[in-house]
Amino acid sequence: MKKIVAAVLSIAMAASLMAGCSKQTQSENNDVIKIGVFEPMTGANAAGGQLEVEGAKLANKLYPEVLGKKVELVIMDNKSDKVEAASAAARLVEQEKVNAIIGSWGSSLSMAAGDIVKNAKVPAVGASCTNPLVTKGNDYYFRVCFIDPFQGTVMANYAFQKLNAKKAAIIQEVSNDYAVGLSKYFQDEFKKLTGDENSIVAIANYNTGDQDFSAQLTTLKDKNPDVIFAPGNFTESALIIKQARQLGIKAPFIGGDTWETPEFIKIGGKDVEGAVFSTHFTAEKPITKESEKFLAEFKKEYNKEPAAVSALGYDAYLVILDAIKRANSTDSDKIREAIAQTNGFEGAAGMITLNQDGDAVKNAVINVVKDGKFTYLDTVEPKK
Amino acid sequence: MKRRNLILNIVLILLVAVFTIYAQKNMDAYKLRILNLCAIYTILGLSMNLINGFTGQFSLGHAGFMAIGAYTTALLTMKIEFKEQIFYMKPLIYPLNSISMPFLPSLLIAGFLSALVGYMIGAPALRLKGDYLAIATLGFAEIIRVIITNAQSVTNGALGIKMIPTYTNLYWSFGFAVLTVVFMFLLINSSYGRAFKAIREDEIAAENMGINLYKHKMMSFVIGAFLAGLGGGLLGNLLGTIDPSMFKFVLTFNILLIIVLGGMGSISGTVISAFIITILGEVLRFLDKPMNLGFIKTPGIPGLRMVVFSLLLMIVVLFFRDGLMGTRELSWDSIQNVFVKFRKLVGKGGVKNESFEG
Amino acid sequence: MGLATFFQHLTNGVSLGSLYALIAIGYTMVYGILRLINFAHGDIFMMATYFAFFAIFIFHMHWFIAFIVAILLTVLLGMGIEKAAYKPLRDAPKISVLISAIGASFLLENLATVVFGGIPKPFPTPSVFNDMVILGGVRVQKLTFYIPAVTIILLIGLAYLINKTKSGMAMRAVSKDVETASLMGIDVNRTISITFGIGSALAAVGGIMWALKFPQIQPLMGVMPGLKCFIAAVIGGIGSITGAVIGGFFLGIMEIMLVAFFPTLAGYRDALAFILLIVILLFKPTGFMGEKMSEKV
Repeated sequence: MKKIVAAVLSIAMAASLMAGCSKQTQSENNDVIKIGVFEPMTGANAAGGQLEVEGAKLANKLYPEVLGKKVELVIMDNKSDKVEAASAAARLVEQEKVNAIIGSWGSSLSMAAGDIVKNAKVPAVGASCTNPLVTKGNDYYFRVCFIDPFQGTVMANYAFQKLNAKKAAIIQEVSNDYAVGLSKYFQDEFKKLTGDENSIVAIANYNTGDQDFSAQLTTLKDKNPDVIFAPGNFTESALIIKQARQLGIKAPFIGGDTWETPEFIKIGGKDVEGAVFSTHFTAEKPITKESEKFLAEFKKEYNKEPAAVSALGYDAYLVILDAIKRANSTDSDKIREAIAQTNGFEGAAGMITLNQDGDAVKNAVINVVKDGKFTYLDTVEPKK
Repeated sequence: MKRRNLILNIVLILLVAVFTIYAQKNMDAYKLRILNLCAIYTILGLSMNLINGFTGQFSLGHAGFMAIGAYTTALLTMKIEFKEQIFYMKPLIYPLNSISMPFLPSLLIAGFLSALVGYMIGAPALRLKGDYLAIATLGFAEIIRVIITNAQSVTNGALGIKMIPTYTNLYWSFGFAVLTVVFMFLLINSSYGRAFKAIREDEIAAENMGINLYKHKMMSFVIGAFLAGLGGGLLGNLLGTIDPSMFKFVLTFNILLIIVLGGMGSISGTVISAFIITILGEVLRFLDKPMNLGFIKTPGIPGLRMVVFSLLLMIVVLFFRDGLMGTRELSWDSIQNVFVKFRKLVGKGGVKNESFEG
Repeated sequence: MGLATFFQHLTNGVSLGSLYALIAIGYTMVYGILRLINFAHGDIFMMATYFAFFAIFIFHMHWFIAFIVAILLTVLLGMGIEKAAYKPLRDAPKISVLISAIGASFLLENLATVVFGGIPKPFPTPSVFNDMVILGGVRVQKLTFYIPAVTIILLIGLAYLINKTKSGMAMRAVSKDVETASLMGIDVNRTISITFGIGSALAAVGGIMWALKFPQIQPLMGVMPGLKCFIAAVIGGIGSITGAVIGGFFLGIMEIMLVAFFPTLAGYRDALAFILLIVILLFKPTGFMGEKMSEKV
């Protein structure tokens, strides 16, 4: 009996899959331009993915049309999982027949879609994936954020020039591509700036999910650094700073854009006061006219302060829309060419110019935690 | 009867071959991807079932073997110029940075390497039993992942690898899946297979019958590791990109779910269940659909799918301990029996005594 | 490495080890009596911290009352899990019980993700625990003194319970031989349920102490501590409560010393526990303190 049930079940499932798919292809409509949004809505990266989608949705609400056609967002959950991410991207391209794709939070998830968009010749614009590998060797992948090498050098310059640091120590999340990338470019730049090969006095590693950092921090304390660079996830970073203060480490902590979440301050409390990090955007100081519009509309729509990744999700949508306008076509290949030529485009998170790799060349913002809030400190321009 | 079964088996394989060719030529990339995943999970499910279901050794190390397979195949098949681009932070060490070979030898090397690691892990671990073995193999899988994360000059560490040539298509995945199924039927019905099952039923009795416990457990473990490495290689070259965080315990959990649902100790059950679980994951996507229409703001409930899957696992273990098939197999005789029963319109319980037919 | 730095490392190790020891006691308790790895132990531990969190933030309880409430709720949860996931499988093959345990563990993790969200929450830390004491250049968290104190009190309580009370006698009987115990008129199911309740209470105390030391809670926080404390229990000799304490301190100090003396190997820290486990299982399967157990036919 069970066998029959099993057979019927599997046939039914296969049938529903196929039926579901064919239905979508039929409903294809030429008057609508479809932009796929491929983001982690569930799983470990859900928080970031949801923020990006908020930005893209807002942009879609404010700019719902291009070339006289309605733009429809097709949101697909990639479940923070690489295998799922590839399936979701394939589904957007094959079943939903989207003209372009936005996403995804998390570089490793974006990379899972790399070959799919390349083979299908559908352009994709990442919002906040900062790993250089995402766009490398892929003409169809772009992004509206700067990449890890730039962020690492920005913080090295900050430490050297503003903090007058001569000796830096690093505590990095070794199982996180983002942290490893930032750390390397920080080291290179800091050694160059100080002219001292030994200016990085200690490098300590930890893994995602670790909670005890006392051994690493005691080792760092022994070396007495002027500044500690701690690229990594905000949860671990907040605990690191807390434990460092308990161990009596007085050196300032600096980090990257992942720290810009309310939980970083909630968990770190008074210990993260004075922590400095680079990020994409600040709500305090609108950079462009578009930023002002974005800030006002975002508060109206969601009743909260926007995060940097929301601004980037918003920008990713605008860049695609602008490209469609300039290409004057919904043909994916023409859209791709137009995106590649994006130059001095005014986004919510700054002026966007894409280089030949498809990466945005733009300003970085430096924020500091002050009185339990992220406060604007400085803007750093990219090297020409 | 034997002759009829042989002919039917050949016809079935031919049908699968025809379907594969048709599907590969006519289906879109999305459906192909799902079918590829079904076939890969079939291989992985069978490899885990060999160790856990047929030999009764509860091993939780599959993610580790898959990682070895995926990384080996990726590093061997990648084009040399891409390797330079990807390993931009720490260059790839010598012999690997100048090798680029076709898919088949890479897959086989991946399988053998995984089997070798399986041997090295099995040598100490298989002396343990039950929950100790489970924890030890889980630990080994975790150690493999930690090593991959830290050995940046071989694996590119946390940065992951991309630009792996996407060789995996239905010919490869279904081809290997069919080969695995045939191999498993032959193995299970050989004297080795009977020894495996004897060990599962009662180790002490098996030993008294003159079965070398350690040798047979090791054999099952090494073959399982080989197949897991193969499956990992196919998966890596299907995705085109891999990184250490892919190979966490959740991956092993998914395969465990497949074999528990299909039946611990059933080849046909594993095949059916691999297809069901993989397709179910995609079908559940439809539940998320309403949010696309825009009238619901919250995009589904985060993580609900995994709640469903863990509940499913518990319900199967608690109430349907045999899963779909138990230790039985779908065979031509049983199918015939079903038809006979339908014709007679008499149904007295399940079909219980069918023999294993290859 | 200076002497002060070495002592700081040692203090860190003892501090971490005392936490491992506390949680390992719960593992060894349940295993000693049921011969079952409670895979969900780490997740019960996680749930306890959420109970405490909500008691403090939603119901505004005083932290002390909140902790008591959290422990009671966790006991109920643990007994519920035993009823639902383990009791129906009393006569089933061991492999089924293990799968059920893994299922229960995943279910708790994923339910927590759905209900509480995956974003970590800050755990409140009363300053009684978190202030630092400076002893000759070595900085010690006050909590570090409390954890061993709590552990010793629990140990005395447990010893009394197991050796002097009727339920304790029943537990020992069940651990020796379930069938004979039931023939002697012991309610096996009740005894196992009580054991689970006590094990869960120990997990809750461990979880709350853990969250006080690392004040950030999230659905997967119990996985690694759970595995490591099981390993600590095996190192000490599973089933032996003194062994669990020794194993916990041993693992904690080893982990810290690995990072202290070989900073480049810090990334391999999680592997260390598993390597120790395998070495112990191969060379001294009974652990430091365990008794020899013969396999039942």
